[in-house]
Amino acid sequence: MPGMIGKKIGMTSLFDENGKNLPCTVIEVEPNVVTQIKSAETDGYEAVQIGFGEKKEKATTAALAGHFKKAGVSPRTKLKEFELNGYAVELKEGAEISVDQFVAEGEFVDVSGTSKGKGFQGVVKRHGFGGVGQATHGQHNRLRAPGSIGAGSDPSRVFKGMRMAGRMGGATTVVENLRVIKVDAEKNLLVVKGSVPGPKNSIVIITK
Amino acid sequence: MDLVKYIQEQYTETKEFPEFSAGDTITVYYKIKEGNKERTQFFRGVVLQRRGSGTTETFTIRKMSGNVGVERIFPVNMPALEKVEINKRGKVRRARIFYQRERTGKAARIKERRM
Repeated sequence: MPGMIGKKIGMTSLFDENGKNLPCTVIEVEPNVVTQIKSAETDGYEAVQIGFGEKKEKATTAALAGHFKKAGVSPRTKLKEFELNGYAVELKEGAEISVDQFVAEGEFVDVSGTSKGKGFQGVVKRHGFGGVGQATHGQHNRLRAPGSIGAGSDPSRVFKGMRMAGRMGGATTVVENLRVIKVDAEKNLLVVKGSVPGPKNSIVIITK
Repeated sequence: MDLVKYIQEQYTETKEFPEFSAGDTITVYYKIKEGNKERTQFFRGVVLQRRGSGTTETFTIRKMSGNVGVERIFPVNMPALEKVEINKRGKVRRARIFYQRERTGKAARIKERRM
């Protein structure tokens, strides 16, 4: 499988075999189901679509209900398609995939999710600027300022894409190369080293 | 939060130590690695606080090395921890005795609690 869908549960720390204390994130990956398999002949590219999280029949639109019925699975809340790119998977529509089939301990995964919203933030927090000058020696209200945003009469405007203050967070963020510390097949849990974007109980996509 | 607890309990080896709290003087024995040799070192001092709960609980101990204060924080379930020895039970009124940092000499004494 190229990827799976999970739910962020929270963070803790565990000791590794060398006695080092590692920061860990616990992700709940309930068995995902294959809802559709796309092939080069019918769709022009090879991909697999998987579903996560149960939902009620009556909360499902007729179009989607038909889609689930075709695959022979109950309605799901989140669908995600992964391109196969030469990955060989012998899966049928309706098949269940569990975490231990997907990754093993010691492997590396990428995790993407929607980061926590930070609201309107200045350039120091949002873009990592250093602020202007010193805090003391008579310096006044420039500590977290952006500094110059461009030249004057030529070009007489601010270039597009100039990094400025604004809304931060709430965007899709990917954290790459997180080591898988534990895989718990019994409770469908995945423990990775480090942090993962988003608040607790948010949906995250795990790819290899 | 339950699942985080489950992971903690499943994958951490908990250690059994005698009960101690802030104000007690304890000696902590722990293994350190030097190159590929392992030996046991100890750290003796006053417990300033116990912090956190469950498998991620830690405690802080402070000792005077000459006239410099040295503090170390140990996770209770750290694999390198071997033994905790209680040398003296101290009588203190709070759970976190950070005021101890400002005290030296006679003022830094902690009354002993007789059991």
